[in-house]
Amino acid sequence: MPPEAGRSTDEVTYLEAIRQALWEEMERDEAVFCLGEDIGAYGGAFQITKGFVERFGEARTLDTPISESCIVGVATGAALIGFRPVAEMQFGDFIACGFDQVVNQAATLRYRYGGRQTVPIVIRCPCGAGVHGGLYHSQQPEAWFVHRPGLKVVAPATPYDAKGLLKAAIRDDNPVLYFEHKGLYRRIKGPVGDAETVVPLGVADIKRPGDALTVVTYGAMVHPCLEAAARLADAESVEAEVLDLRTLAPLDREAILTSVRKTSKVAIVHEASRTCGVGAEVAAFVAEEAFEDLDGPIVRVTTPDVHLAPFSPPLEEYVLPNTEKIFAALRKLAAY
Amino acid sequence: MRAPKLSDDQLQEMYHALRLSRAFEERLSLLHRQGKILGGIYSGIGQEAITVGSAYGLRREDFISPLHRDLGALLVKGVPPGVLMAQVFGKRDGLSRGKDSYLHSGDTSLGVYGNTSMLGSNLPVACGLAYGFKLRSQDHVVVAYFGEGAANYGDVHEAMNFAAIQRLGIVFVCENNLYAYSTPFEKAFAIPEVSVRAQAYGFPGVDVYGNDLLRVYAATQRAIARARAGEGPTLIECKTFRWHGHSEHDKASYRTEEELLEWKARDPIPQFERYLTEKRLLNDASRDEMTARVEREIDEAVAFAESSPWPEGPEALEDIYAP
Repeated sequence: MPPEAGRSTDEVTYLEAIRQALWEEMERDEAVFCLGEDIGAYGGAFQITKGFVERFGEARTLDTPISESCIVGVATGAALIGFRPVAEMQFGDFIACGFDQVVNQAATLRYRYGGRQTVPIVIRCPCGAGVHGGLYHSQQPEAWFVHRPGLKVVAPATPYDAKGLLKAAIRDDNPVLYFEHKGLYRRIKGPVGDAETVVPLGVADIKRPGDALTVVTYGAMVHPCLEAAARLADAESVEAEVLDLRTLAPLDREAILTSVRKTSKVAIVHEASRTCGVGAEVAAFVAEEAFEDLDGPIVRVTTPDVHLAPFSPPLEEYVLPNTEKIFAALRKLAAY
Repeated sequence: MRAPKLSDDQLQEMYHALRLSRAFEERLSLLHRQGKILGGIYSGIGQEAITVGSAYGLRREDFISPLHRDLGALLVKGVPPGVLMAQVFGKRDGLSRGKDSYLHSGDTSLGVYGNTSMLGSNLPVACGLAYGFKLRSQDHVVVAYFGEGAANYGDVHEAMNFAAIQRLGIVFVCENNLYAYSTPFEKAFAIPEVSVRAQAYGFPGVDVYGNDLLRVYAATQRAIARARAGEGPTLIECKTFRWHGHSEHDKASYRTEEELLEWKARDPIPQFERYLTEKRLLNDASRDEMTARVEREIDEAVAFAESSPWPEGPEALEDIYAP
């Protein structure tokens, strides 16, 4: 069953956008194939690859045993001889089981080959909390990989970006970790580009323009940030600029600086836990490069340093950032 | 299935590879003692029959995935000795242009996937190469090496299981040299042989005396033929012994002198030389000639490495990402 085809203005879910990107890239390029647990006849735990076996066959929609290390290694090996594999970690949490293959094999390959080799693999990591997944189905481990040179890391927030970034990731010659947020799969709808619409890696996007303060965010947190910014505009006539990083490695440092220099204030919002999270790098970077431009403290709204995510709804809601918490932080920063 | 019969020229070629590998590693030890090279040297002296015997006769498109003691396999696969020496020296003409040492690099155009220090983690990647060949309906094979120490690493299990399910064209060569760094086989295994594990995955496991070049060659060729025919993987366990310590600074005091002497008496090179002599392919004069030839080749490799420039500091920041 092909994806819900249509014009580029048709609204589709975030999940469907990912599915379209995969489908279209597999149609476009024989070198692209998918592998992962339960992705074949079953269509994947989230049904992203539903219908792929019928169209592309079992060899290109490869069902694997529960062996994450092997999945990443197989992708890396196939990439060495010209394939562009897309590996699925059923849940992003499970990438810990394939960690060595990601950070020591794939990430270092080009470097230790003296630049004579490319490693075009994509590892899809369904991530994120807010769905009562508990400790092993909610993690946001992106910072582990942002810290490791040789890897690119993306985290789309909208169907358009999800599709365009996945296409860019598949066409990129580096290992790319693609953190798709489970909480957005069926909750967010929007237009997507056509088969050739690619969202370049490493380019942030202003999701809402503003001049009073900058909110740097990515992934699922883009949405509560937009809600909080809208509320701030309504309540206080303060226009917050919401900058969606989209790619975490390489970081669009220029876009951050440009926005912060315009607004003089910055809040950083992410779902991952605080210490050494992506926000810590953004904060340090802004302090190093734009200290003179700042007119207030650098503020972070993140999950505290707890395991993502405690299971019981009151516990999960207590730790996760949400519109209310972000709004309060932005209002305080605006008034500083 | 019988192994293909070797011509006299092929036997001479294998002899050259054995001697070159030995001479190369002896020179590395010497240079290390002289303080002329940095970093660890992980000698495979004593194990040459395995690396040469298993890699010999592979196609250019076939891959090897060697470990840190498998210099012989790289030489057989066609990596120029000078380039390998420059790699060890950390020079710009090495495979990794100074980015990492020893065998942590490779050359896809020659069919070489170099490993990292996470021993055994090369096997999933080797499976990926073999899966790629399968996707393209090519009958190229992958020969993937691991030590008995690495056999207990989880990736080895994941890779063998996957290779079995997919009937991949891969040959797993376990070099059982009886010690993983200082840990003897008995402290790491409750089974008599690593090869018995193949049964649990559903493919043949064979046990071969690893110091006999022709036996290793024959066993590997049978496994390669099976792999090319689409019948799936084979595990070949080659019993052997490393003469040196884990690395050159390791005096290997955890082993007995008798043990070492016993294995040195089983040196794979004189054993093969006896065979060649019986076949009238070798005599004292041609043996000396070979000694001079490989010494010359190693001298040239060292000269090449010494004259190769050091990379410049800022090159450390290159090659992290593809453009």
